[in-house]
Amino acid sequence: MIVGGIDIITLTATLMGASTPVLLAATGELVAEKSGVLNLGVEGMMIMGAVAGFAAAVATGSPVLGFLMGAIAGALLATLFAFLTQKLLSNQVATGLALTLFGLGLSALIGKGYEGVRPPPTAKIDFGPLSDIPVLGRILFSHDWIVYLSLILVAVVWYVLRSTRAGLILRAVGESHDAAHALGYRVVAVRFAALAFGGALAGLGGAYLSLVRVPQWTEGMTAGAGWIALAIVVFASWRPWRVLLGAYLFGGITALQLQLQAAGYAIPVHILSMAPYVITIVVLVILSAIHRHGVQAAPASLGKSFHASS
Amino acid sequence: MITLVRRPTPSQFWSYATPLLAVIATMIAGGILFAILGKHPVEAIRVIFWDPLFGGNASYFRGQLLVKAGPLILIACGLAVGFRAGIWNIGAEGQYIMGALFSAWLALKMYPAESHWLFPAMIVLGALGGFLWAMIPAVLKVLFGTSEILVSLMLVYVAENLLAYMAFGPLKNPEGFGFPGSRNLQDYPSAFNHELIEGTGMHWGVVAALIAVIFSYGLMHRHITGFRIRVAGEAPRAARFAGVIPARLVMLGLGMGGAFAGLAGMFEVSGPSGQITDSFNVGYGFTAIIVAFLGRLHPIGILLAGLLMALTYIGGDMAQLMLGLPSAAIQVFQGMLLFFLLAFDVLTNFRIRFGRVAA
Repeated sequence: MIVGGIDIITLTATLMGASTPVLLAATGELVAEKSGVLNLGVEGMMIMGAVAGFAAAVATGSPVLGFLMGAIAGALLATLFAFLTQKLLSNQVATGLALTLFGLGLSALIGKGYEGVRPPPTAKIDFGPLSDIPVLGRILFSHDWIVYLSLILVAVVWYVLRSTRAGLILRAVGESHDAAHALGYRVVAVRFAALAFGGALAGLGGAYLSLVRVPQWTEGMTAGAGWIALAIVVFASWRPWRVLLGAYLFGGITALQLQLQAAGYAIPVHILSMAPYVITIVVLVILSAIHRHGVQAAPASLGKSFHASS
Repeated sequence: MITLVRRPTPSQFWSYATPLLAVIATMIAGGILFAILGKHPVEAIRVIFWDPLFGGNASYFRGQLLVKAGPLILIACGLAVGFRAGIWNIGAEGQYIMGALFSAWLALKMYPAESHWLFPAMIVLGALGGFLWAMIPAVLKVLFGTSEILVSLMLVYVAENLLAYMAFGPLKNPEGFGFPGSRNLQDYPSAFNHELIEGTGMHWGVVAALIAVIFSYGLMHRHITGFRIRVAGEAPRAARFAGVIPARLVMLGLGMGGAFAGLAGMFEVSGPSGQITDSFNVGYGFTAIIVAFLGRLHPIGILLAGLLMALTYIGGDMAQLMLGLPSAAIQVFQGMLLFFLLAFDVLTNFRIRFGRVAA
């Protein structure tokens, strides 16, 4: 099925892979923001995950260990952020920026020896006859395990936030930290956990970028994916399934843009490369225009420092 | 057990002391980092912080200090106005690029005509380019309440792609033998932002940075507008009762940041850099954020912080040359500085108490 030089089935099949890094990072950030903390360091955590995962996978020859290391690196950086904002009560916006600047620098430093190296390949899951189903087989059953893991994680986050006691506490902390504190919940501990989870997912997303999507290490390779993840959380009005929708929408645009470049349209490459960023802005504007008149979707304590005075 | 007790008012002493403390802590942590990289830590710190100022070839490097500090101070002064008002313009890098593109476009259109009016016109266009680019998040924030953080940052990537497009396309040097990049403005007398005093690195951009320091000191600390900005940042509700119009502050905060960043881009492209290439921007717009915070959002502080940050750039280059220290190490160093600063800031607003405090 080819429309205007673009194969629709290939496009849809690549969409899921292209969306996965951003989907993972956005799902993690959703949990962090639901606990009332705005972590603008997603970009820094992603790129640290990318380089740490890459280095570990190359050193051990195991992509699984690489993904694990990526998640650990992201979680460590998030814990640093948590210590500064929750224990030392620093400004969340400034600290998030610091995290991104620091992560970009440190990843470049670590990654020096890895440029041009090829990582061990991540196998696609063998679904047997399922992959041979026309159209659907290629779209749904032709991916590696991280793609399916990211979908499971969205479902888990949705379920935990909606239907479990832990999710309720997390949301309570995010809506009113003073009330949650008065009820005896440990606000700071909950936020530490939420941030570490968010960091681990951002790191995992970064590792997917360097191990599967590209697959190699280049300096600054996340190229704003972390910021797009932040925008997707806003776009999704802090709801997990809408994060999925948003991430696939952006993944689709990225995939389409790459295919247009490959199809040899007369649009300059650099103009096409702007598309994901411009569309992010457009979507943000539309969303904020709608929400002006509707309910405030953001957690009420988002971005505020918590200091138990008694 | 350690507990924090909020101070009734922020400590004056600590607000001056924390930047110094942060610099010292960064030097120690940086030394550890350099040791891990297999360099002698004291040696590396000396090469970065001492040699460019007082070492063998210091006379050359002292000039470079002003070249690097100029744009950092200029951008940070503009950003500080926004940050004081609680407006987070983190897209200065993009505004810097747009200032350079606007002014270079004019110069390249006029080439090779000589005129005394060209350079002033480029200054105006540079400021305008940055200002207009910053107006996008400002207008969207005012009209729709869209997050200026995300929009201004996204626009950095748009600007970077536009820059690359211009360098490879419309602004490419027709006599450049196919190499990407525009004509070099250093070879175009009317557009060249030359050194004012030979060998000092002093060019019009540095003069503009000094004017920006004085101007923003007057605005923020001697004028009612500055008072309003600070009230709006610290107590938005009180500011509204006092008749401060938030929309105007958003426009002012982002607009000044954008115009100053655009100016910095203009002075850079017409002087030290000389041409539009796809690697024209080197992150001044992001480093300026660190400069603004390190300078406590105060113009005089920014002046000092800008010089210090410029020193780390030059010292970093030297350390790369002499010790083989990777250039990214300096980026890490700058990131750590901001971390330590934010961490030590707790001392400004809180007292540390050891042992249990009766509630």
